[in-house]
Amino acid sequence: MKIKEFVSKVKKGEIDVFENTKKVLASLKDIDKEHFYMMHICEDLALDQAKKIKNKPVGRLAGVPVTLKDCICVKGVPSTSGSKILSGYKPTFNATAVQKLIDEGAIIIGKTSQDEFGFGALNTNTGIGIKAPLHPLDKTRVCGGSSGGSAGITKKADFVHVSLAESTGGSIVCPASFCGVVGFCPTYGRVSRYGLIDYGSSLDKIGTMALTVEDAALVLEIISGYDENESTSSDKRVEPFSEYVDTDLKNLKVGLIMDGFGDGVDEPIKKAVQKVIDSLKKNKVKIEEVNLPLTSKYSLSCYYLLAMTEASTNLAKYCGIRYGATTDLKGSFNEFFSKVRSQNMGDEAKRRIIIGTFARMAGHRDAYYLRSTKIRTKIIEEYKRLFKKYDVLISPTMPIVAPKFDDVKKLSPLQNFMMDILIAGPNLAGMPHITLDVADERSLPIGLLIIADHFNESKLVKVASNIEKIVGR
Amino acid sequence: MKVDKDLIAHVAELARLDLSDEEIEKFTPQLKEILEHFSKLDEVDVKDVKPSFQPIELRNRLRDDKKEPCLTQDKALLNTKHKKDGYFLGPSAV
Repeated sequence: MKIKEFVSKVKKGEIDVFENTKKVLASLKDIDKEHFYMMHICEDLALDQAKKIKNKPVGRLAGVPVTLKDCICVKGVPSTSGSKILSGYKPTFNATAVQKLIDEGAIIIGKTSQDEFGFGALNTNTGIGIKAPLHPLDKTRVCGGSSGGSAGITKKADFVHVSLAESTGGSIVCPASFCGVVGFCPTYGRVSRYGLIDYGSSLDKIGTMALTVEDAALVLEIISGYDENESTSSDKRVEPFSEYVDTDLKNLKVGLIMDGFGDGVDEPIKKAVQKVIDSLKKNKVKIEEVNLPLTSKYSLSCYYLLAMTEASTNLAKYCGIRYGATTDLKGSFNEFFSKVRSQNMGDEAKRRIIIGTFARMAGHRDAYYLRSTKIRTKIIEEYKRLFKKYDVLISPTMPIVAPKFDDVKKLSPLQNFMMDILIAGPNLAGMPHITLDVADERSLPIGLLIIADHFNESKLVKVASNIEKIVGR
Repeated sequence: MKVDKDLIAHVAELARLDLSDEEIEKFTPQLKEILEHFSKLDEVDVKDVKPSFQPIELRNRLRDDKKEPCLTQDKALLNTKHKKDGYFLGPSAV
C-alpha cells in the first residue's frame, strides 16, 4: 500500500493508528533481532504520537511509520551517528526535517544503523561495538552504506513505512541499490541540514528511501524548503514532486553515461540497465550516449579529499566535555581530549581525520584542499554543459551487486572507496539523483541511477516513475 | 611528500588522536596508498578556475538582528556529567 492510500484509510477511520503502530513496533523488533537495522527503537515516543494522531488524524503523513538514519537528531532520542563517541547523547531539539515530518502526522519509530559518521560504502565501518546490518535478501551480504539500516528496513518491513537517509558521497543510492529500494537524494541545500550530525558540510544532504518513487517523492517534498536556522538551505520554490509520477515523457532527452559501462562494471548490471534503455527508446524517448571525462577520472579523489578535510574539522568538536562518551577529568586538556577520542572512534574515523588534517596542514592546503575545490568547479561545469542538452543522465548506480561480508574483508580502504566510482560525481556537484531497482525479480537488486540538474527533482520523479512501470515494480 | 610512520604520528598528534604502535603500523601503508591515489589530482589544470566551496551558489543571508529565545543553561548542560554550578567542567588548562 502506498502512503497516500494508507493516509486516506487513516483519515476515514479504516486504520487504527495506535493498533497499527503497536504491530509495527513488534515487527520492527523482530526484524532487528536478526538483521541489526536499528540503533534505537523509540517505542514510547511512537506510541505517544500514535495516540495523538488517532484522536486527530491530520497531515499528509498521518500515522505513517518513519525511521531515520541515526545522524538525524530527534529530541530526547539517542542520536549518535553510529559512533561510540556520541553514546548517550540525546538532542534537546528536532532536526528541521524531523519536525516537518511530525507536523505532517508521521510516527517516528526509530533510528537506523549506519557506517560511523557515514564513513563507508558498505556499512561495515560501524562504530565500536555496533553490529553491521545484514542484507534483507541474503544475510551473508552487506546492505551497502552508509545508510545501510535505512535501506535494509525499507526492503524488509512488512508494513507501510519510509525512511530518511543521508548522503555525503553516495550514502543514499548505494545502499538503496544494493537492497533494491528507491533512494532519492535531493540537490544540495534543498533540505535543511539543521539537526543533521555533520560529516562534510558542503556535501551532506538528507534524502528519502521508500519502496516506490511516489512515496520517496512525497516525503522529499515535505522535508524540502528554506530554513532560517540553516544558512545553506535554498529558498527555491519546492514543487509538489509526487505529482510528477507517471507524467508523459514526451520530448524528454536522456544522456546515457557511457563511463558507467566500462570494464569495472559487472556484465549483468550493464545488461539490466541497457534493457531499460531499450524500452525507453521504444517509447520514443530520445537517448544519446555521452561521456563525463573529468568526472569519471577525478570525481572520486576530489570528493574524498574534500569530504575528509571537512570531516576532520567537523569531528574536532568531539572531545568528551559537552556531550557523548567521556572519561575522568585527569591530565591536561590535550591528554584528556586525545584519550576520549582515541578510545571511542573506530579505525575509519581515525583514518579520515588523519588524511583530512594532513590536507589542511600549512603547506598542503593549497595543493590538496584548494585544488580540489577548483576541480569541483570544473566537474560542475562538465555536468552543466550536458544539462543544456539533456533533461536527465542515466547510468548504473553501483558497479557490482551487494557483496558478501567475506569478500569485503579482503578489500583495502582504497578499494572500499572505489565502490563510489559512479556516484561520487553527482554528490560532489550537488546534483539531485535517484536510484531504483531494475533487476530481474530472481536476481539480487541492481540500481539504475538518474541524475538531473540542480533543483530539477521533478524530472527525476517523472523518469523514475515511468521506469518503475517498465520494470513492473 | 614522504608518507611514513613519523608523519602519521605527527598528524595524529595534531588531530588529538593517540595512536598505538599497532595502529600506526596498520594505517601507514593504507594512508600512503590513498594519498598516492589523490596525487593524480595534480594532472588537472586549475589555472584561473574559481573554487567551489559549495556546489551551489550561495548569497550571504542574514537574519534580522532581534532578541529571540536561545538554548537555556539547563539544556546546554543536559548531556554532560562534567558540570558544576551551572558551568561545564574541563581538564586542567595549566
